[in-house]
Amino acid sequence: MTIAAVQSNPTPAILPGNGGLRGALSDLFWRRPKFLLTLMLAPPLLWLGIVYIGSLFALLAQSFFSIDEFSGLINREFTLKTYGDLFQAANLDIILRTVTMAALVTLASAIIAFPIAYYAARYARGRWKALFYLGVMLPLWSSYLVKIYAWKLILAKEGILTWLLAKLNLLWLLDAWLSLPVVGGNSLSVSFTGTFIVFVYVWLPFMILPVQAALERVPGNLVEASSDLGASPGQTFRNVLFPLALPGIVAGSIFTFSLTLGDYIIPQIIGTSRLFIGQAVYSQQGTAGNIPLAAAFTVVPIVIMGFYLWGAKRMGAFDAL
Amino acid sequence: MTSAVSFKQVSRHFGSVRAVDAVDLEIAAGEFFAMLGPSGSGKTTCLRLIAGFEQPTAGSISIFGERAEGVPPYRRNVNTVFQDYALFPHLNVLDNVAYGLMVRGVGKAERLKAAEEALSLVRLPGYGARRPGQLSGGQRQRVALARALVNQPKVLLLDEPLGALDLKLRENMQEELKSLQKALGITFVFVTHDQGEALSMADRVAVFNDGRIMQVGTPEDIYQRPNTRFVADFVGSSNVLPPDFVQRYSGQHRWGSLRPESIRVSSATSGNGVAARLVGTNYLGATTRLALDADGLRLHAVVPAGTALPAEGEAVMLTFNRDSLHLMDEPA
Repeated sequence: MTIAAVQSNPTPAILPGNGGLRGALSDLFWRRPKFLLTLMLAPPLLWLGIVYIGSLFALLAQSFFSIDEFSGLINREFTLKTYGDLFQAANLDIILRTVTMAALVTLASAIIAFPIAYYAARYARGRWKALFYLGVMLPLWSSYLVKIYAWKLILAKEGILTWLLAKLNLLWLLDAWLSLPVVGGNSLSVSFTGTFIVFVYVWLPFMILPVQAALERVPGNLVEASSDLGASPGQTFRNVLFPLALPGIVAGSIFTFSLTLGDYIIPQIIGTSRLFIGQAVYSQQGTAGNIPLAAAFTVVPIVIMGFYLWGAKRMGAFDAL
Repeated sequence: MTSAVSFKQVSRHFGSVRAVDAVDLEIAAGEFFAMLGPSGSGKTTCLRLIAGFEQPTAGSISIFGERAEGVPPYRRNVNTVFQDYALFPHLNVLDNVAYGLMVRGVGKAERLKAAEEALSLVRLPGYGARRPGQLSGGQRQRVALARALVNQPKVLLLDEPLGALDLKLRENMQEELKSLQKALGITFVFVTHDQGEALSMADRVAVFNDGRIMQVGTPEDIYQRPNTRFVADFVGSSNVLPPDFVQRYSGQHRWGSLRPESIRVSSATSGNGVAARLVGTNYLGATTRLALDADGLRLHAVVPAGTALPAEGEAVMLTFNRDSLHLMDEPA
């Protein structure tokens, strides 16, 4: 472009507005960005505030009512009696069983997820990275029920796992495990071990992805720096990688822990006849018609998660964020 | 003279890329050694070979006489100051500095005391409680230095440590690094693409290009007597003179180099010298850099500020001392 062309450029320094409603709106939004923000946030906040939090509080309110044992009618007067019922031996068993299962599932998920997430964050590039995402996400695309019934077939006494172990002459190992108290049973599909395996399978992606995201943010040269300063790979893991991945592990464990606490379908299909919290809620609000007790049961995971997050924060899990 | 680092025919290939190609190198103990070269010339890969982050494809590396191939970084008494410092974001400054001692099992009180001393050494006493994120670039650089020095390494590797600092800070750090190295007597190996930095700080400089070492020598050797066109051009932007031109002044048909500050420019139109035309001037404060065209050959001259100059586009006469014309080894 020549100097003459630049100087004879007829375009004015300030362009006219676009005109019409759209132009006016664009100018308004630019001048008042807060107005735009309010417009964008109002619908989701209303949804969260009224539909979601509102129904949660309605549920919470129910837990302070009680049921009349003779008539089966709900007595709408404030009482802590229903919460007292939670501490009956049978109900306490349900809570302890569920929390133990959730803790074990979370721990196992974290242990299995870390190497996969580490590989994906550190080494996988291009095609392998795409394959990683596909591999992690693919199970989430199929129906939850289909996966659980598939696992029932895999774990059943006549299932593929028993067949495989028989071929490998390892059936004695399975039998020995199944003869153990608590974790054992007639077959894997009717034991807590089976419940545990399926829980880990179903929630694992929810652990892998946040851990991978956390590791992705750890610069590779921190690992080199640690090694340079004399740390063995184990020391580098303990002192650098793990602390920096911890926010991701905590985020993942919130998923695995709370999803296990609330699930009622997996233990229904795969496992023993002993109940988990989700099943207790389901039966209390359905067949038993004891809405207050069902509500009190649902408060349990909320309280546990509250304590869990508080503890995680105190341990410094979010310091690296 | 003890050898601190010795490379014998060391190569490091990444697939078909020869990042380092059959390099021989001797770095003496207690020396301040600079590896200078453009990006991708193999100097950083050489540093990483010493640190142990890379393993040679061929050849042998010894550090203070001991073979280093196959030895992991954490078993080498060599520490690195990384280009972007690589401070641990979840630890405070004191724990960062004490990290190397911590993983070696030094007790808490002892290592924190040593870390505090190292921080004083780099003139950051009392900064221990801060997080790396709360420090400026120059302060982070000092912490990285303290973190490496606290381990009393046999060799300290510095990977473009001043690259991210602004000019003033960089000049201060250059002086400080140099005096620190003198005081501690540790062998420093310094990677840079800034020739001024290499010349001003190092005892000896190796100039890298395309995975090979072009020349090793004192800063004066490198600057005054470059052995190839590449070195002459890269170190201080010397005028590279073609063999035909050189033959007219030295009688030898060889490539030559001529420092810009060796050229005198006068507005005479006849007499002994090279007739040229002034095509541009570049004011640099203390000096003025002139772009000259000598019958198609582009030359640069640097003259003190205040020198009376002809106008751009006018004919000038260039003269230089025959001694300042350096003949290079590179075949014509």
